Amino acid sequence: MLRVEDAQVPVDFSPELISKFDDIVSRYPKGKQKSGLLPILHLVQAEFGWVSVPAMDKVAAYLEILPIEVYEVASFYTMYFLRPQGKYVLEVCRTSGCCLVGAEKIMDHIEQKLGVPEGEVTADGLFSWRGVECLAACGFGPVLQIGPEYTFYENLTNDSVDKLITDLTAKAKN
Amino acid sequence: MGRKLLLEHINVPGINTFDVYRSKGGYASVEKAIKTMSPDAIVEEVKKSGLRGRGGAGFPTGMKWSFLAKPEGVARYLVCNADESEPGTFKDRYLMTYIPHLLIEGMIVSSFALGANTSFIYVRGEMMPQIRILEKAIAEAKAKGFLGKNILGSGYDLELYVQPGGGAYICGEETALLESLEGKRGNPRIKPPFPAIAGLYGCPTVVNNVESIAAVVPIVNEGGDEYAKLGIGRSTGTKLISAGGNLKKPGVYEIDLGLPVEEFIYSDEYCGGIANGKRLKAVVAGGSSVPILPANLILKTVNNEPRLMSYESLSDGGFVSGTMLGSGGFIAYDEDACIVRNTWNFARFYHHESCGQCSPCREGTGWMEKVLHRLEYGHGRQSDMDLLVDISKKIEGNTICPLGDAAAWPVASAIRHFRDEFEWHVTNASEATTRNYGLAHYADPLPKLETA
Repeated sequence: MLRVEDAQVPVDFSPELISKFDDIVSRYPKGKQKSGLLPILHLVQAEFGWVSVPAMDKVAAYLEILPIEVYEVASFYTMYFLRPQGKYVLEVCRTSGCCLVGAEKIMDHIEQKLGVPEGEVTADGLFSWRGVECLAACGFGPVLQIGPEYTFYENLTNDSVDKLITDLTAKAKN
Repeated sequence: MGRKLLLEHINVPGINTFDVYRSKGGYASVEKAIKTMSPDAIVEEVKKSGLRGRGGAGFPTGMKWSFLAKPEGVARYLVCNADESEPGTFKDRYLMTYIPHLLIEGMIVSSFALGANTSFIYVRGEMMPQIRILEKAIAEAKAKGFLGKNILGSGYDLELYVQPGGGAYICGEETALLESLEGKRGNPRIKPPFPAIAGLYGCPTVVNNVESIAAVVPIVNEGGDEYAKLGIGRSTGTKLISAGGNLKKPGVYEIDLGLPVEEFIYSDEYCGGIANGKRLKAVVAGGSSVPILPANLILKTVNNEPRLMSYESLSDGGFVSGTMLGSGGFIAYDEDACIVRNTWNFARFYHHESCGQCSPCREGTGWMEKVLHRLEYGHGRQSDMDLLVDISKKIEGNTICPLGDAAAWPVASAIRHFRDEFEWHVTNASEATTRNYGLAHYADPLPKLETA
C-alpha cells in the first residue's frame, strides 16, 4: 500500500541527473521537449526506485508542462511504479508462450519462496514480484526481468529462481 | 535451405561491433545508396522488391514510402517501430540483440530515401539491454562517419536516436507510437490523416517495423528484382519467424516465404517437431492477434493442398479455415494444451492492453475476459460461447485502431474450432482442475492426426 509519508517524501534531482535530462531533451525539436517525458521517468525510477508525486511534479517543472500531463503518462504505462517497491522487482511473463512452458508454476513458486503476494514487498524490503504481459521472449520461456537494468533470465526453473533470489540477497547485503 | 539475408552473419563472433560487421560487408548499402542512388531510386527498388511490412499488417513498404508528403521547409521523420510485444513474437528483440548494426544500416538508407534528417528507433521500454546495445552501435556508426553531419562527404545529415517506451502493447500501433514518442499516453489517433501526411509533431512520417527496415539493406545491395525472386507470389523475400510454445527447437528462423508449414514444424532444420513426442493440437501462426487453427487446418488449405508460410496461403479460406502470417509469431500447442485457458490468457492480455479510448474495446475485452475466466474456473454456462462470439462481433471493426480486432479474433476462432472443448468446460471444469496449463482434466478431444 502507498503510505502518505512515502508520497510526501521530497526528492532532489542531482546535477548529474539533470544533465542526463538535458541530453535527452536535446534530441527533439525546439518546443517539443515533452517527448523526453518517458525516458526521463525511466531515469527517475532508476534513481529512486519508483515515481512519486513530488518527483513527477519536479519533472513537470523541468519540462515546463502541467503536472497532470506527467501523472496521466506515468499511470498509463505499466513500467512506472507509483508506489514503493522492493529493491528487486521480479517481473514474470504470464502470457501464453511462457505459460505453456510453466510460467504460472514459476509464479506460484516465487510467491511461496518470497512469502508475499503479487505486488507486495518482503519484510526486508528486498523483493517484490508481479506477473507482466508478454516480454517478447516466447521461445525461451518462462522468463523474468529485473529493473532498472531489466536484466533478463530465460528458461526458468524453480532451482534457477531459488539461486537468483539467493544471489540477489547476498548482493544486497554486501 | 533458404537464403539468409538478415541472419547470414548472426553467428559470427563480434558481429554486434562495427568493425566485424563492416568486415562482413556491412554498411555497403549506405555507400551504394548515398554515393550512387537518388532517394526516389531507392524507393523504386523497395517497390520492386515487393517487401510487405513485417510488423504484422503486411502493407507494401515501397507504396507506404511513396505516400510520404514532401512539403517544402517541413521536416520529415522515419520512426522504427521496435515496440515488439505481440504475444508469440520475439524476432525483433533477437535481431537487435545480435546484429544491431543491420538495423542502424537500414535506418540510414531508409532515412536517406525518405529525406529524413532526424530518425527515431522507438524500442519498448522493457528492452533496456537492447536499447543500450543500439545506443552503442549508433555511437560506433557515428564515429565512423555513417551518422551525423555530412555522411560520407555527401552533404546528407542524419541524427538517429533511440527512444524507450513505457510498457504498453498499444504503442506498437503506429499512431499510438507517435503519441508516445511525443510524451503522451499511447492513445491511437483517428486516421486519416495518416502519418505520411501528419505524423510525428504533425510532420510527414513513415513508421516501419525493425525487420522491414533491416530488409532494405539486402534490397539496396542486390536490387529489388533480386529480392523479389525469393519467396512465392506476392509474398516476396525472406521472413523471420519466431517459433515458441511446445516445440522441440523454439527460436528465430529466417525462411523463404512459401516454405510448407509442415516442413517448418517438423524438419530438423527448423523446429524439429513437437516437444516430448506429443501430437500437435493447434497453432497460432502470426502472433496472438491472428485466428488460432487446429492442426489439420494449419497443415492443409481448404483445397487440401499443403499450407505454406506466406501471406496468401495462410489466409486461404478466410477466417473460416484460414489465418494470417501477421508478425510471424508462431506458437505451437501440443495435445495437452488447454485451449480455453489459452483463450482466457489472450483475452486477459488484450483487456490489460486496451488503451480504453473506444468503448467496444474497453468494455468488450474486459467482458470477454470475465466470461472466459468463469468458463475456465468451472462457473461457465452453455450460453457463454454464443455470448463470447456476440461480444467479439461487437468489438470487431468498431474501434479506432486494430486492437479491437486483435482481441476479437482469437476468441471467435477458438470457439469456432474448439467449441467442444469449451462446452466440456461448462460441465467439467472446476477450481480444483485449473491452475494447470495442461489438459489433464479434459478427455481426449483430438481427431487422430497423421503428421510427418
